[in-house]
Amino acid sequence: MPDLSLTAAPYFGWDVVRDLQELFRYPFMQHAFEAGTIVALSAGVIGYFVVLRGLSFAAHALSHIGFAGATGAVVLGATPIVGLLVFTMSAGAVMGALGQRLRGRDVTIGLVMAWSLGLGLLFTYLYQGSAQLAIGILFGQIFGITSQDVAVTFVAGSVTVLLVVAVYRPLLFATLDEEVAEAKGVPVRSLSIAFMVILAVAVSEAVQVVGVLLIFALIVAPAAIAERFTTRPSRGVVLAAILAVLFTWAGLTVAYYIPYPVGFFITSFAFGAYLLARLLSHGLGRRTGQTAAANAA
Amino acid sequence: MPPPPAGSPVIVADRLAAAYGNRLIWQDASFTVAAGEFVAVLGPNGSGKSTLLRLLLGLLVPAAGSLQVLGKRPHAGNADIGYVPQRRNIDRDLPVRGRDFVHLGIDGSRWGVAVGNTASNNQRVDEAITTVEALAYADRPIGRLSGGEQQRLLLAQALAGRPRMLLLDEPLASLDLRNQVVIAELVAELARASHLTVLLIAHDINPLLPIVDRVLYVAHGGVAIGKPAEVITTEQLSRLYSAPIEVLHDSHGHMFVVGLEAESAHHDA
Repeated sequence: MPDLSLTAAPYFGWDVVRDLQELFRYPFMQHAFEAGTIVALSAGVIGYFVVLRGLSFAAHALSHIGFAGATGAVVLGATPIVGLLVFTMSAGAVMGALGQRLRGRDVTIGLVMAWSLGLGLLFTYLYQGSAQLAIGILFGQIFGITSQDVAVTFVAGSVTVLLVVAVYRPLLFATLDEEVAEAKGVPVRSLSIAFMVILAVAVSEAVQVVGVLLIFALIVAPAAIAERFTTRPSRGVVLAAILAVLFTWAGLTVAYYIPYPVGFFITSFAFGAYLLARLLSHGLGRRTGQTAAANAA
Repeated sequence: MPPPPAGSPVIVADRLAAAYGNRLIWQDASFTVAAGEFVAVLGPNGSGKSTLLRLLLGLLVPAAGSLQVLGKRPHAGNADIGYVPQRRNIDRDLPVRGRDFVHLGIDGSRWGVAVGNTASNNQRVDEAITTVEALAYADRPIGRLSGGEQQRLLLAQALAGRPRMLLLDEPLASLDLRNQVVIAELVAELARASHLTVLLIAHDINPLLPIVDRVLYVAHGGVAIGKPAEVITTEQLSRLYSAPIEVLHDSHGHMFVVGLEAESAHHDA
């Protein structure tokens, strides 16, 4: 985060045009919005399927495995993103191959996750660098993104979204009704592996914005909220993507004016929206529950 | 009891054997099923009834012998077969409408997202839902529906693909007695109307007795097929299930099987 004390402290007023000009005055802020938007879009889209397939915890673990990869890459003199991608994609492929057997394996997944964090701790120690690197990977460093990072993120983000679109119907079929999908010729096992590898790329991207530890906010929260408001998969995917983008924009904007970490704000918006969604849909659910009971009577 | 239809054979098994790896499930099964026939598949738990369906679907390769389905070797992705697998409970909170489930029966195996002919597909979905009389609740989340309602929509999913053959794995399980009869009669009616061949796995034969053409037994490592009157006798059933089972006849000549309920209290995999 650049030292803002050299310039006039940014302030937020009621002149929207002036506020937006102020917000996008610095390249680091433009890059943050560009990368944040792409990351949020792909996280939201793939997040819908993560929640539908019951893989929230696996996605969370995947990002932690990425921490070991990112810090390991630095020890070997490579950039963190390379290690992040290698580790998450390999782990994703293994998880995908396990398919349905992954469900209910909380203990195993949790242990792999803890060990990955431990491994990352060792790599951080071996690197002898500042703890700043580890903190950046754990909690994100969206304000440190360069224009080159934005380009890489744009390519990775586009590829993940396009791949999900390309496998959308068979993926939905395999997710909702694996046995029938298999009988209908859907390659459920290959799809399961492909999905986890796509997820690995999306997770690796999202680590830049919210870091390894806060990944739930961008991948799981928007989808979990969307699933409370629509029972149509196509709308759910779009709604999850929109929510992820909104949380990111809101978090970045607030963090620009109030000098607290952006990860805190993004997760706060996600958590607040989830609470609100639960309250609202609880009311809705009670009402539809009553009509259902009335119909049955 | 309807006479067995004299349609051309759509399933031809010749000395067929099924195995998972080295574990032989059953063998030496030779039988044919004619087009338009309604066949109930019965047998004790774990005898290999679902395995038979997996063979017909092309998800399992025969360990020995030959099998022809609709004139071809079985292969996954056969659009002529509608399949409703044995259900575990659908998650109550699954945020997906019954209608979306049915829609997957038409284009779920196509790549990409739906573009173009969506209107005609939606119409096909509506038709299938209307056929099973599920229009009233097709737009509700499927997990919130009753077992009978879910079963109708899953049947609609199989029908939406306009199949020539229906393979139903325990569609009557976990339904109350009234719904068992209703669903069984619905399937029989649909089969008659569209000249569908139906293989239906069941534990309780009683709701099916008025509608089945033939009964296929999978037991003791083998497969036997016959008309209900031939197979459903106290001696035959007791031998097949290795348990005391009695077939009663009432004053109208209706049969009733006693003793199978206890035998089939646990559903097999």
